Amino acid sequence: MRLSVDDLACRRSGRRVFAGLTFALGPGEALAVTGRNGAGKSSLLAILSGRLRPDAGRIAVDGVGELTLPECLHAVGHRDGLKSALTAGENLAFAQRMLGAPRLAPRDALDRLGLGHAHDLPVAYLSAGQRRRVALARLLVCHRPLWLLDEPTAALDTASQAVLAALMAVHRAGGGLVIAATHQALGLDGALELRIGQDAAEPAVEDAAEAEDWL
Amino acid sequence: MIRAGLALIARDLRLAARVGGSGALSLVFFLMIVALVPFALGPDLNLLSRIGPAILWLSAVLATLIGLDRLFQADEEDGSLDLMTAAPVPLEGVVLAKVIAHWITTGLPLALAAPLFGLLVALDGTSMAATALTLAVGTPALSFIGAVGAALTASIRRGGLILAVLVLPLMIPTLIFGVSAAQAAAGGTVPFLVPLAVLGALSLIAAVVGTLAAAAALRWPE
Repeated sequence: MRLSVDDLACRRSGRRVFAGLTFALGPGEALAVTGRNGAGKSSLLAILSGRLRPDAGRIAVDGVGELTLPECLHAVGHRDGLKSALTAGENLAFAQRMLGAPRLAPRDALDRLGLGHAHDLPVAYLSAGQRRRVALARLLVCHRPLWLLDEPTAALDTASQAVLAALMAVHRAGGGLVIAATHQALGLDGALELRIGQDAAEPAVEDAAEAEDWL
Repeated sequence: MIRAGLALIARDLRLAARVGGSGALSLVFFLMIVALVPFALGPDLNLLSRIGPAILWLSAVLATLIGLDRLFQADEEDGSLDLMTAAPVPLEGVVLAKVIAHWITTGLPLALAAPLFGLLVALDGTSMAATALTLAVGTPALSFIGAVGAALTASIRRGGLILAVLVLPLMIPTLIFGVSAAQAAAGGTVPFLVPLAVLGALSLIAAVVGTLAAAAALRWPE
């Protein structure tokens, strides 16, 4: 699959977050999105995953047939999307049936991330890092060509970070795409880098006036 | 799409049965209101059996509100809703599956328990059966109307009270026709089937309008 983003702009609550973002990704390529806090990294991922509408610009995907962009991506963000009352295995089985295109069984996916023993444990019993690893195991239970990762290494120990780097390498070797918003090196070899909000501009005057109108 | 919908229903039913779920809570709340009324009115059996269907219906409307505020909010908070928007199912399908699961855990148990609770308000056999039937036909409308409010308040913390203020007025037609159908069965000039048919129509309309409106509310940016 190919993803191309052209002159993308984002506005939240009347404030311009970023504008003029342009990039293109082909099979096997990765993009590391960097920038200061509040620069719009998560907003970019939210736009790509279809949860937020762009203010301007165009997003196009090629080579995925009839599928829409939200249907060919996995998003792992700050909110894990896990139900505390369900076991890790049940959470993954639900994601697999919900998202379709099954690949690994939940138990095998958890084994890959070193969490095989947590298969029958309610997610409420797991630590923050373990929860994040269960959320990452979702990447393996369904096949989707694009991975959107928002701070994927938050709460992960160094061993798990290496496991994640290896998973991303395998995914890219199979023609998959990775877009990661991060402050740390993720072990994405040869990744393109996109830096958002370099000029750290204050909201323009017209935008501020518009925000007041809105309130 | 059917598979994803069934997966969602199965997950919500499982969550309702687990610790912290509101599985039997609305049923217990229903029982408490129905049990309180005879204490408040005194032991006048004629009065109780005359207003019995109305009490059961009013309790059912209030019991439906229990747990309704968490219908979409719980999924919005932990990010499950993002997972569902990435599924190859339109958001309307997600809403439909969640409301069906909500009805199975609240409306259906209320309708099944209504004959039993009818004993507390001195209903006779015909009235018990009629009230249970009207609840079975009418409670889907309550769930679907409630879903619109739940979707609108999904991102508001402590939105439960706003939700009640939003949806209770919309539930009035269902309440009116539910009670009039139950009372028509006990005797009167109107045949039982007329208000029951209107009640069924209200449920069907609510199923369509409620699903579309709740999905639109969830799509509303920010």
